[in-house]
Amino acid sequence: MRLIQLNGIIKSYRAGGTQVEAVKDVSLTVQKGEIFGIIGHSGAGKSTLLRCVNLLEKPTAGSVHVGNVELTRLTERQLQQERRRIGMIFQHFNLLSMSTVRENIAFPLALAKQSKAQLNKRVDELLKLVQLEGHADKYPSQLSGGQKQRVGIARALANNPDVLLCDEATSALDPQTTNSILSLLLDINAKLGITILLITHEMNVIRAICDRVAVIDQGEIVEIGDVLQVFLKPEHPVTREFVDQIAENSAARQLLQHRKGRLLRMTYIGSLTYEPILYNAVKTTSVQFAILQGTVSRMKQTPYGQLIVELIGDDADIERVIAVLRKDGLEVDAI
Amino acid sequence: MMSFENVRLPEIWDATKDTLYMLFASLVFTIICGLILGIILFLTSRRQLLAQPVVYGALSFIINVLRSVPFVILMIMIMPLTKLITGTTLGVEGSIPPLVVAATPFFARLVETSLREVDRGVIEAAQAMGASKWDIVRRVLLRESSPSLLAAVTITAVTLVSYTAMSGVIGGGGLGDLALRYGYQRFQTDVMLVTVVLLIVLVQVLQTIGDALVRRYSRK
Repeated sequence: MRLIQLNGIIKSYRAGGTQVEAVKDVSLTVQKGEIFGIIGHSGAGKSTLLRCVNLLEKPTAGSVHVGNVELTRLTERQLQQERRRIGMIFQHFNLLSMSTVRENIAFPLALAKQSKAQLNKRVDELLKLVQLEGHADKYPSQLSGGQKQRVGIARALANNPDVLLCDEATSALDPQTTNSILSLLLDINAKLGITILLITHEMNVIRAICDRVAVIDQGEIVEIGDVLQVFLKPEHPVTREFVDQIAENSAARQLLQHRKGRLLRMTYIGSLTYEPILYNAVKTTSVQFAILQGTVSRMKQTPYGQLIVELIGDDADIERVIAVLRKDGLEVDAI
Repeated sequence: MMSFENVRLPEIWDATKDTLYMLFASLVFTIICGLILGIILFLTSRRQLLAQPVVYGALSFIINVLRSVPFVILMIMIMPLTKLITGTTLGVEGSIPPLVVAATPFFARLVETSLREVDRGVIEAAQAMGASKWDIVRRVLLRESSPSLLAAVTITAVTLVSYTAMSGVIGGGGLGDLALRYGYQRFQTDVMLVTVVLLIVLVQVLQTIGDALVRRYSRK
């Protein structure tokens, strides 16, 4: 079931004398319950696109649906109501500096005119969810970056939204804190079934928690698909750049030149990752192999591996090995 | 050695009370009017919630005009208005309208500057949570800028002290009036000296209280 539907979104600005198109005709569907990532360099238009979802930026053209409501047709007052179903967290947290943690989390509840008792009960639940019990009466300036983002998450979840928008939510955090925030987001997605739409410039974030990813470059989506697919077989140059951030592919590519044997890229997913497949395939033949480059890792919950292997031996044997590997369920491509 | 023979304590005490009354009455009206004007200025300025360049330009021009007129001249210029509001242009009552008219544009500018310092990201977050414009003014802008607004009130109060002294020129009463009548017109330097010392003490007390409040409420 689709939850967010963007149709033909265009956003242009007048900057100085020239017209700048930050987002050029983007259409995108996010399914209910999924974690969808949009990755792009700074200035690619990802932040503008995200702000078009809750209409913090009004698109120049195009329509935005969240659930069954077309946000782009609402009056200001109706839009304010609908925004309560859409939580948002920010790179710089954007907490009220003059309010305590409790008051910050209660802010959206107070906007929704909840009673004091209801409000306090809900804040306590949220403090527990984000593991900040005992920090309720502190001010944001007394918290670490990770703790501030936890307050941001609690505040965004206060009105039980259907969607959580994350604007570079981990970009201002160190790697360890980033991981703890990412696992909190995964947890929320699993426990509460909240759909998450995030933007980032870090492939790590996409790999750790996203189900699907869109790559945005110069205001356009250049590649979109399941994270595993996009990650293992990036097609667009920008996508390859992002994949190289974590796969160290570019260094290895030089190694591949001037090899005598047959070069193959083998990709395997799921439980195959833990099987001695390559050894089994070559042991009855005269073929020898050398592993030139390899990654064995996990994408969200799925283990996967990708090896670049040089096979040395006579052609008939090599063909037989390839056939055996394919039969076992590996993807094998010649390079 | 000075003898302070001309200093009569009951008279000094009455003048001090008059000054305090003028100061606090005009401060209260200035805060109310200036806060409203400052918020409107901020909201109508470029890229803000109401973004009304024409309204902003007009208000800004009026404020600049009022701030350009020296207080002594402003007092005389608006006498008909003062008479309309209070029924007199003399004494403590007669000096409150000019004090408010002079201090309000000044305070409104300070309010505008304070609001401008509120993090745009926090305003954006409130909008994302479904806050209306009024919610944003009340729950975000005023709250986030409160230490800065307290500092602005302090500066305005100190400025008003010197304005109250000037209102002595048109018979406004208070310590300034005393200093002018005895110190300047009758060459009783001792009276002038005492009133000046009292004014210094008043300013020191106001600034100290203001600073303490700002410290007490700062969270950054």
